[in-house]
Amino acid sequence: MADKYSADTIITETQKRISNAFDVFDHESNKTVDVREIGTIIRSLGCFPSEADLHDIIAELEEEEPTGFVRYEKFLPTMTKILLERKFRPITEDLLLQAFEVLDQQKKGHLEPEELTKYLTQEGEPFTQEEMDEMLSAAVDPDKNVILYKDFVSMMTFDDTR
Amino acid sequence: VKFTSKNLHHFFFFVSIKAAVLIQRWYRQYAARMEVRRRYTWNIFQSMEYADLQDQIKLYNFLGYLMDNFTRSSSERKLISHIFRENEVCRDAEWERYFSYTNIDVPDIYCGPRLTFPLDMDQVADLVEAFKNKQQLHSRYVLQLLLETWKLLRVLPNINRVSTCHSKEITICGDLHGQLEDLLLIFYKNGMPSLEKPYVFNGDFVDRGKDSMEILLILFAFLLVYPGNVYLNRGNHEDHIINLRYGFTKEVLSKYKLHGKRILKLLQKIFSWLPLVTVIDQRVLIVHGGVSDTTDLALIARVDRHKYVSALRPPKKKTPSRINVYANSEHFHEMINCKNTTGSLTFPKPFGARESFQRRSLQDFSSTMARALEGEFEVRRRQAEFSLSSFSKSHNILSTTLSPDSEPDSSQFTDTSNDEWKQILDLLWSDPMSQDGCIPNEVRGGGCYWGPDVTEDFLNRHNLQLIIRSHECKQDGYEFCHNRKVLTLFSASNYYEVGSNRGAFIRLGPDLVPYFVQYRATSMTRGLSFPQNVKRTEHTALKALRELLFVHKSDLLSAFQEIDKENTGLICLNDWGSAIERVLHLDLPWQVLHPQIVSSTKDGKLNYQGWFHDLALKKPRSEHIEQTMLETLYRHRSTLETIFRIVDTDNSGFITFEDFRQTLKLLSAYLKMEISDEVINELVISTDTNNDGSIDIDEFMEAFRLVDKSRLERGKSLLKLKQDFLEIYW
Repeated sequence: MADKYSADTIITETQKRISNAFDVFDHESNKTVDVREIGTIIRSLGCFPSEADLHDIIAELEEEEPTGFVRYEKFLPTMTKILLERKFRPITEDLLLQAFEVLDQQKKGHLEPEELTKYLTQEGEPFTQEEMDEMLSAAVDPDKNVILYKDFVSMMTFDDTR
Repeated sequence: VKFTSKNLHHFFFFVSIKAAVLIQRWYRQYAARMEVRRRYTWNIFQSMEYADLQDQIKLYNFLGYLMDNFTRSSSERKLISHIFRENEVCRDAEWERYFSYTNIDVPDIYCGPRLTFPLDMDQVADLVEAFKNKQQLHSRYVLQLLLETWKLLRVLPNINRVSTCHSKEITICGDLHGQLEDLLLIFYKNGMPSLEKPYVFNGDFVDRGKDSMEILLILFAFLLVYPGNVYLNRGNHEDHIINLRYGFTKEVLSKYKLHGKRILKLLQKIFSWLPLVTVIDQRVLIVHGGVSDTTDLALIARVDRHKYVSALRPPKKKTPSRINVYANSEHFHEMINCKNTTGSLTFPKPFGARESFQRRSLQDFSSTMARALEGEFEVRRRQAEFSLSSFSKSHNILSTTLSPDSEPDSSQFTDTSNDEWKQILDLLWSDPMSQDGCIPNEVRGGGCYWGPDVTEDFLNRHNLQLIIRSHECKQDGYEFCHNRKVLTLFSASNYYEVGSNRGAFIRLGPDLVPYFVQYRATSMTRGLSFPQNVKRTEHTALKALRELLFVHKSDLLSAFQEIDKENTGLICLNDWGSAIERVLHLDLPWQVLHPQIVSSTKDGKLNYQGWFHDLALKKPRSEHIEQTMLETLYRHRSTLETIFRIVDTDNSGFITFEDFRQTLKLLSAYLKMEISDEVINELVISTDTNNDGSIDIDEFMEAFRLVDKSRLERGKSLLKLKQDFLEIYW
């Protein structure tokens, strides 16, 4: 049927997804979420914003006098636009692999935990120690104590497709 | 651009930042999705936990109803009356005889600790060490230890008062639930209790975990050695009725085959003597559940706490209550199995609108029921004869009136004990909520939900500044709420599943600012990465959820078919979600969960017959026993097991065929479902693998454990029934 692909249907489906994701974090069932969870919600909908991107989005979503909460009425239009415009596209497996290869200056085929830690906690949009520890727990090969990034990337992206 | 080494260096630097940002951006997305999965996994566990707890309360209410309304001579009542026999307050000498251990010999081959009383610190340290090495304390010493504990507890007040003077830091622990590893970890990180190191343990020492007995023994031993430095609060699981279902009874009986029953009886008494709350520096309240808008510490200080052996049952009146009126079976089941809300204590329509009952609790249920039923008295008298199915036979008993000279009694207990009981229930069972107000806690079935305004009011009235409570599992081991005036503290890590949560304890110094220590017992989680933790926990939760869906197949099918009036076999996801919510009464984000439990949809619609087929690998073959019957038994296996254990009065682990029959009759009355004699016989014959005329409870319940593929391949011989109907693979 032609109208299955109409803009309306797409918008409705999209908004339903947004509503469901929002509800998971709406602990008091009053159509608000803690502003600190916005990043998680947006990412759970499949977007890959940077911290800087999130910063801008949150600024848009907050009330004139920040309450620490974001209301659904504000979140829905903003998020709908983000999804329909396909902003913050996913990072492909290839691109991710290239990024690791760049960091592997000596072309060893692997990275030392200390190396990776240095890059990720000091450069770009630095990880917290907790984030770094979590990533290392999944990335470091327990026998060799290095990060075999090619395997790591395939494993993680395989997970995503589930 | 000429690539000098400096340029190259800059170039690389520039590129490496971009690479780092990319990796960070990507990882944060991955972590966010993991977080969502962790959240709803948590939701699944928690809602199933509470639904199960509700069920236990419903069961207890049902049994209480039987007690109050069956004739003394009815076989059903005889089966269960012993659990309601309150510990009469009798002379100490009698009780000491019951505790008597002197004629219990300890064989030479016993290499565990041999305690001498009074205990000293060295002995306690040895005891801890022995338990660490998986040794078991001999029942003689257990009984002796319990006796000494009881003697001490009897002289303790309802409210422990502790002071942080002498710059002592007080360590406070939350729920332990039989997880010895966590207690040992706490001692490792923080040191054991001593004169310099006072401890408060905030209830729920037992149930669920496998070393509840050892935890109790350790805590009691420390209490005996440092009575001024170790404080125990009673939790809602320090209650023999709850223990029947949640594993402690089973644990004691299996560890102490000869004296387990006596130990359990004594523990009933000891639990009732545990103090109710602890107050630090007259500023901080430590209580297991929480408070309500009527909680009054002055009243709490005065109650005879030991009268409340189980928080689920109001104290007995002096004269036996002989309420002799009945609802008809429909009415009765409506009351017991109210489907209109998630709560178990809602009053059905005949008793008036919900709103007219301001403060409902277990007490209101039985007393109001009694009043309303008086009118039915005469009608029931006339309905003496019923049809002849066994189901009706039990209802025949239900409708038989009691001795004609007994009078209808409209209240079972005095007002004072009524209030007191409610106060205790609130302390042990309540949970905080974010909205203002105070409403009955229908999720758990006891106590209330209290809001920030109630906290504020309570703290002001009593001149306190903080409430520390436990009772609810928290992902990080602790959580503040109500403007940081209420702190939930939970000390059992990996509670729902390996990797589900951390445990925490706190230290409180004279400044009364909590210092938190979090931990996770690692023996099971060693080597698991963070995503593996999440996935493993998720796997367990989803497995439990799929099982739940499968056993509600009949009800779900009816619900789906009601929606799918044209019989297309398809249903859209929205409807699917709402139907499940209606049938299961579990408040979960079904839309978000659906990819995990539905393998494929076509055009946004689900083939629901096919879906059920996916949930269970083997298609049930029609046998003597219907699908729905087994489904029902499976669904209610916890209840069934609880009833078994109640019926097994000598705690032997075996019940006779006759008792087994009666149990199933009880269950059928409770579930409003006919279980015919043929079915019962079939079950009896297939279960009695020893051919000795008795049924091993554990073996029977084995039939209802999830059978995963590997276990099946190991070829354990199971009921033919189990293999046909109850396999759920993935």
